[in-house]
Amino acid sequence: MSAWVIKGIRTGIRTTSYPRGAERAAGVTPGLPAGGDFGAAAPPLVERCLTQALDQTGGRVSVDHRRCVHCYRCVRGTAAALNWEQTYEWSGSAAAPRPQSELGQPFTHSIHILVVDAGDCGACLNEVKQLNNPYYNMHRLGFFITPTPRHADVLLVVGPVTDQMRFALKKIHQAMPEPKRVVAVGACALSGGVFAQSFVCANGVADVLPVDVAVPGQPPPPLAILHGLLVAVGRKPPVPLASTADDPALLER
Amino acid sequence: MDPTELSDQIARRWPLEAQTAFDASRSTTEVRCAPQVLAELCRCLAQDQGFCFAGLIVEEGRTEWQLRYVFYGERQPGWVHVLVSAELAQKVFPSVVAGMHAADWHEREAEDLFGVRFEGHPHLGDFVLHDDAWQEGVEPMRRGFDAQAALRHRLPDADWRPRRIVHEPGAFVMPIGPKFSGVTESAHFQLETVGEDVIRSSTRLFYKWRAIEKLAESKTVDEALLLAERFAATTAFAHGLAFCQAVETIGGAAVPARARTLRVFLAELERLRQHAGAIQEICESTALLVANSHAGMLEEELLRVSGELTGHRYLFGLLAPGGMLCDLSTAACHSALGQSQGILRRLNELERRLRASSSFLDRIEEVGIIEPRVATAYSLVGPVARASGLVRDLRRTQPYCGYEKFDYEVPSEREGDGYARLRVLFAEARQSVRIMEQAAALLLDGEICRPLKVRPGAALGWVEAPRGAAFHWVRLDDDGRIGRYRIVTPSFTNWHGFHLAAEKFAFQDFPIILSTFDLSVAENDR
Repeated sequence: MSAWVIKGIRTGIRTTSYPRGAERAAGVTPGLPAGGDFGAAAPPLVERCLTQALDQTGGRVSVDHRRCVHCYRCVRGTAAALNWEQTYEWSGSAAAPRPQSELGQPFTHSIHILVVDAGDCGACLNEVKQLNNPYYNMHRLGFFITPTPRHADVLLVVGPVTDQMRFALKKIHQAMPEPKRVVAVGACALSGGVFAQSFVCANGVADVLPVDVAVPGQPPPPLAILHGLLVAVGRKPPVPLASTADDPALLER
Repeated sequence: MDPTELSDQIARRWPLEAQTAFDASRSTTEVRCAPQVLAELCRCLAQDQGFCFAGLIVEEGRTEWQLRYVFYGERQPGWVHVLVSAELAQKVFPSVVAGMHAADWHEREAEDLFGVRFEGHPHLGDFVLHDDAWQEGVEPMRRGFDAQAALRHRLPDADWRPRRIVHEPGAFVMPIGPKFSGVTESAHFQLETVGEDVIRSSTRLFYKWRAIEKLAESKTVDEALLLAERFAATTAFAHGLAFCQAVETIGGAAVPARARTLRVFLAELERLRQHAGAIQEICESTALLVANSHAGMLEEELLRVSGELTGHRYLFGLLAPGGMLCDLSTAACHSALGQSQGILRRLNELERRLRASSSFLDRIEEVGIIEPRVATAYSLVGPVARASGLVRDLRRTQPYCGYEKFDYEVPSEREGDGYARLRVLFAEARQSVRIMEQAAALLLDGEICRPLKVRPGAALGWVEAPRGAAFHWVRLDDDGRIGRYRIVTPSFTNWHGFHLAAEKFAFQDFPIILSTFDLSVAENDR
């Protein structure tokens, strides 16, 4: 057994400096499409999007991040490629803040999170799981996963909410004590993604529960989920969920 | 067995009831048979002729049902499709499960989704559509059913209780899920126990059923590819590839050499990453913290390698019918290979340490045993089957993407316990890097996609996904849109046999047995 201890000590600390500093390692995020001015190329570009995440007015393309499923049709196989941003701080408020559900001061430094899979494809869940690996180690930020709703402050939902999970999800939410917050993770949880508009799926968590924080991406990388949790406890400001080229919030990032 | 020999045998035994036709371009023998000989024909193929059952594909034509039982050779190339048809009004078919247990869940699914009944099946109903949430008589896969229409569910019955199987004095049922433990997929288990050992276990799945086979209908090929990639994203590339290969077979398209090699490279990168993830799950379930951390780091590093190489950590948006949607630079592939080789060295070190940790071995050795006999009867696939002595690998017997040109081994073990499955995972990770090395050396400049002619027709696409054999049946209608899409996933096949591994073992071994199976609920639930 001592061999494991020595192995652990020899490995040292590998944890990211985020949120104190920025994480710049390659491959930590797939990024998200950003809007831009494309003139005459805008309409065909918007048409390539299969989930209506893109829109355009007068040649100016805007992106609704909640609908983007990372199909890359807007950058691959087209001459006029959309701009792509290698950021990960992209979580935003899903609704106007509801004062009665503010987690408030006591929760800023330690929360318990209940993760519910409501029809996820496995990727979002796998990225949530990565938060516990040494590279992200979310415990250092006071974030803990709990298996029971009775101890949970934040409900983290992945997946579009399938019909057969809807009842369980509602029961879980009811069983959580106040104050509580709901974080919806992934394009499916925000808009239904590619499963939207069907007899068997809701168009995201908001159809079933009030959502507080939205984390776009398919799947959002661990750092984006971490950002979403920091937004949920008020340690990071939310970011707009849609972007256009002249969006001041985007330029700041 | 040689196709002509097989045809002769079938013709001798069932001269009137069965007609065979051999399609050399697809190395497929199609056997059209009368319903009364179906069960015996399937039993004969599975038990006497050494064919493995891949899956049942139900298709509703304009005037008749067509049931297609797909078999593949375990040691030799070639496919056998057994076809039986009947008028739409007649919704009863003979069940084949008595002689071929592997078809059990396929028949249950078809009964739920199409309303087709299988006479002689011991237990139909409450499978995909849960009895406590769905009205009777809903048949969502029928042609007339509108997938976009409003929900037809009813409020779930809070008093619903699962059917009890064992009535041992003092036995009680421990329900687990659909939400259980920390970060887990939604599934429900009922473990019947009198205290320590699990006497009977049953798995209730499809809480996450998204009906993607229905959603794909009347979509274009490009739109359906999105679904194929996204229904089980931990093995997104493998399923996207199987779908593309089915469409390419229909269109008769030849994929350029560079695209084929890139596909092999990425498929093996995905296998390596998925196996590292599975190893991490096993370490986590045994609460070996340092090993868990190390395996978790290796998985994350492989995700980063994938992200750096392709832009996406789960390899989305790379495939296109006819080739690849985008090219990857050869230098970037070599860099990814170098990083993967480094990660493999540390994976090997992790294996050495695990094999020297007696407390860890105690928990996975002789636990969750699947005997070869059982693995054969359930037609199990992937690392689970290979750990029980069945050397089946579609890359070897039914090669695609040019796998026949690569030099690699198919690792297998005999014990069928959790430890054997772990060893197979480590050994396959090594083979994956070996294939990646050869693929990187084969990468020659050239085109990456030949635009595909979309033609009406139907074909089977298959891959050896990280969890085992995956089969995608695609039918394109006259307008080039999807008419029928049927996916048989390795998790669907292996979940069927999983309950046997959990039985007769201690209650606290359950999470460990579950992790050694490396099953995906999303892949099963579709």
